[in-house]
Amino acid sequence: MRKPLEKKAKQMKNKTIKVDYLARVEGEGALYIKIKNNEVSEVELRIFEPPRFFEAFLRGRPYQEAPDITARICGICPVAYQMSAVHAMENAFGVTISPEIKELRRLLYCGEWIESHTLHLYMLHAPDFLGYDDVVQMSKDHPEIVKKALKLKKIGNDIMNLVGGREIHPINVKVGGFFKVPTRKDLMKMYDDINWARDAAVETARFAATLKFPEFVQDYECVSLVHPFEYPFNEGRIMSNKGIDILPEQYDFHFREEHVEHSHALHSRIRERDNYLVGPIARYNLNYDKLTPLCKEIAEEVGLSSECYNPFKSIIIRGIETIYSCEEALRIIESYRMPDSPAVKVEPSEATGYACTEAPRGMIYHRYRVNSEGLIEDAKIVPPTSQNQRTIENDLRTFVPSIVDLPEKELIWKCEQVIRNYDPCISCATHFLKLDIHRE
Amino acid sequence: MANKKPRLAVYKMSSCDGCQLSLLDAEDELLDVLGGVEMAYFPEASSKMQKGPYDIGLVEGSITTPRNVEEIRQIRKECKILITIGACATAGGIQALRNWKDTKEFTKIVYASPEYISTLDRSMPVSAFVHVDFELRGCPINKYQLIEVLNAFLNSRKPNIPTYSVCIDCKLKGNICVLTAHGSPCMGPVTQTGCNALCPSYDRGCFGCYGPMDSANTSSLAKQFKQMGFSKFDVMIAFRSYNAYAEAFRKESEANEK
Repeated sequence: MRKPLEKKAKQMKNKTIKVDYLARVEGEGALYIKIKNNEVSEVELRIFEPPRFFEAFLRGRPYQEAPDITARICGICPVAYQMSAVHAMENAFGVTISPEIKELRRLLYCGEWIESHTLHLYMLHAPDFLGYDDVVQMSKDHPEIVKKALKLKKIGNDIMNLVGGREIHPINVKVGGFFKVPTRKDLMKMYDDINWARDAAVETARFAATLKFPEFVQDYECVSLVHPFEYPFNEGRIMSNKGIDILPEQYDFHFREEHVEHSHALHSRIRERDNYLVGPIARYNLNYDKLTPLCKEIAEEVGLSSECYNPFKSIIIRGIETIYSCEEALRIIESYRMPDSPAVKVEPSEATGYACTEAPRGMIYHRYRVNSEGLIEDAKIVPPTSQNQRTIENDLRTFVPSIVDLPEKELIWKCEQVIRNYDPCISCATHFLKLDIHRE
Repeated sequence: MANKKPRLAVYKMSSCDGCQLSLLDAEDELLDVLGGVEMAYFPEASSKMQKGPYDIGLVEGSITTPRNVEEIRQIRKECKILITIGACATAGGIQALRNWKDTKEFTKIVYASPEYISTLDRSMPVSAFVHVDFELRGCPINKYQLIEVLNAFLNSRKPNIPTYSVCIDCKLKGNICVLTAHGSPCMGPVTQTGCNALCPSYDRGCFGCYGPMDSANTSSLAKQFKQMGFSKFDVMIAFRSYNAYAEAFRKESEANEK
C-alpha cells in the first residue's frame, strides 16, 4: 500500500531524499532530507505514529494500574515501562523494596535486554550490514546463525515468562514487588539454557564485530544511569560525560521536551546545551568499569576500547550487553533466596514520584503525581527514542555529505541504517517518525 | 495457489507493536510459518514492501486518525482475508479511554502545539469501518492462537479459538479461585479465555485482556464486586480498561458512572 521508497533524486548537487515508511523499526516513521549544493540543508525524522495520549488518560486512574497501562505504550519493551512506573510510585510513597525483590526485577530486565537486543541485532539491524531485506532472506544463506539467534531470543523471552508471566505485557509486576515470586527450583530450571545463552551471546558479539563499519565518530553527550556497584537497570544517578550528575527527581530541571511540527514525538534537549545520546553506547561509555571480566575480555578481543563514539558500532555493544545480561541472570539465579513475601505493603499518599530506568534503547523517565485517594493526577513519560531523535537527525546531517554521491537506492539504504543504529522504537516515542530525501 | 505461496501482509494502525511482535516471538515456529507464506508486506520485519493484492492481511491497532480511516479502507481492498489481531484492532484498545473524554483537552495535556496533531475523537475497532473476516482477541494476542488462525485460513477451515470464559481454564488448571478465596476483583467470569488463565495462576485477578466472552453476564459480576465491598468507581474502572469499548464492557462501565 504505502510506497516503500520513493525515488525523486537525480545525480546533482541538490536533491531530496524521501523514505515514506521506514522498515525494520518498531512503529511508523519516515525521513526527509534536503540537500543543497552538496550540503544537507534539512533533516527531518518524521514520526507519524498516531498519538495515543497515555499521559492524558492515566489521569484519574488508580496508581496500581500505572505499570500495566504504561506497558501498553510499547510491546517491545514493556518491562522498561513497568519497572519505571513501579519505581516512580515507590519513590512517591517512600516504599523500600526487599533486596530479593530488587534482584528479581533485575532478572526480569535481563530477560528484556536479551530478547530486545537479539531481536534488533539479528532481525532488524544485521540485514542492513549484510544486504538482506529481512531475517527470513538472511536465514537462507545463514541458517545456523539465524537458528541460534532465535534460540537466544527465546531464552530472553523465557526469563520474562517465568518472572513476569508473559513476554509481552507481563502481568506479575506490581507496586511494592510482584504478585507471585518463583521458587529457587523454578529459576534453576533455566540455568543451563542461560549458560548456553551466555556462550551464544559471546559468539553474537564476535559476529557483530565482523560486520563492516563506516569510519564515523560523533562527539556525543552520553547520558545514562550510573550506580556505584551495578551496570545500571533500575537504580542510579543520571550522569553524562559532560558534567550532568543528578537524581531522577531533578530530571525536569536539566532536560526539556519540545514539540516540533514534523513529529508526533516530542524532542528532548539538555536545557543548558542541546541534543544528547541515550542507549547502549551511552551506557557502555559511562559504565564500562561495571561490566564483568568476560564482557571486557570480549570487548577487547573485538577491538572496542572502554569508550565508543561510532553509532554504527552500537550493534557490537548490544552484543556485549547481551553477554552481561546472561551473566547477571546467572549470578542472580545462583544467589537467589525466595523472598518471605512477594511484595511489601504500599500505603498511597498525596505525593509526586520520579524514576529513571534503563530500557534496552536507553534511559526512560517517569513522573507521577498521585492524590490522597491514590488516583493519578498527572503523568509524564519520556521514552528513549524521543530523547535520541535530535541526535539521529544530527548523525544524518553529518553522515549524508560523505555518501551523497552514492546511487539513490544505496543512499537511502545508508540513511535508514543510520536511523536503525538507534533501534528506534517509534511506538514508544509517540508522543513520537516518516524519510523524505529532497534534492532541489 | 497450488504452487504459489499465499501472500501475507501485516499492517499497523494505532498500537504498541506487541501483537505483530507475537509473530516474531514465535521463535520455534517462525521460519516454518514465514516459510509457508510469502511475506509480501511486513515493514516491521522487512525492507521488501511488495504491492498488493494479498491473500491474508493481519491488522494490528485501532483507528484513531483520519489517515487510519483512509488506510483501512485501502487495506480492505487489497486483502482477500482480513484478520484483526489484538484488543486495539478488535475493540479500540486502551487508547479508547479517550472515548469518554474531550480529545482536544487530551491533546493539550500531551502536546505543547496541539495544532500539529490530527486525530479522531474516538479510538475505534477496525470493524467499525470495514468488514473483518476474523477477530483475534487479546492484549497482547496469544502467539499460538495466531499460528492456529493463520493455519486455519491457509487451509480453508474454521479457526479453533475457544470463546468461553477464563473461569473454565482456571478450573481445568486446578487454580484456587482468586475471587472467592482471596477477594480479588477478578474479571475471569466475563472474560474470554486465550491466556490460559494467566493472572489467576499468578495469584492475581483477571483484568480482561481478551475482552467480553459470548453473552457475558456483566451486571451479575458488577453486583458481586459491590457485595465484596468495591465501590461503583472501582467497578467502572474494572470494566473500562484494555477492552473498554467492547460493547458488553462499555455498557457495564457506563452503568457504573456517577
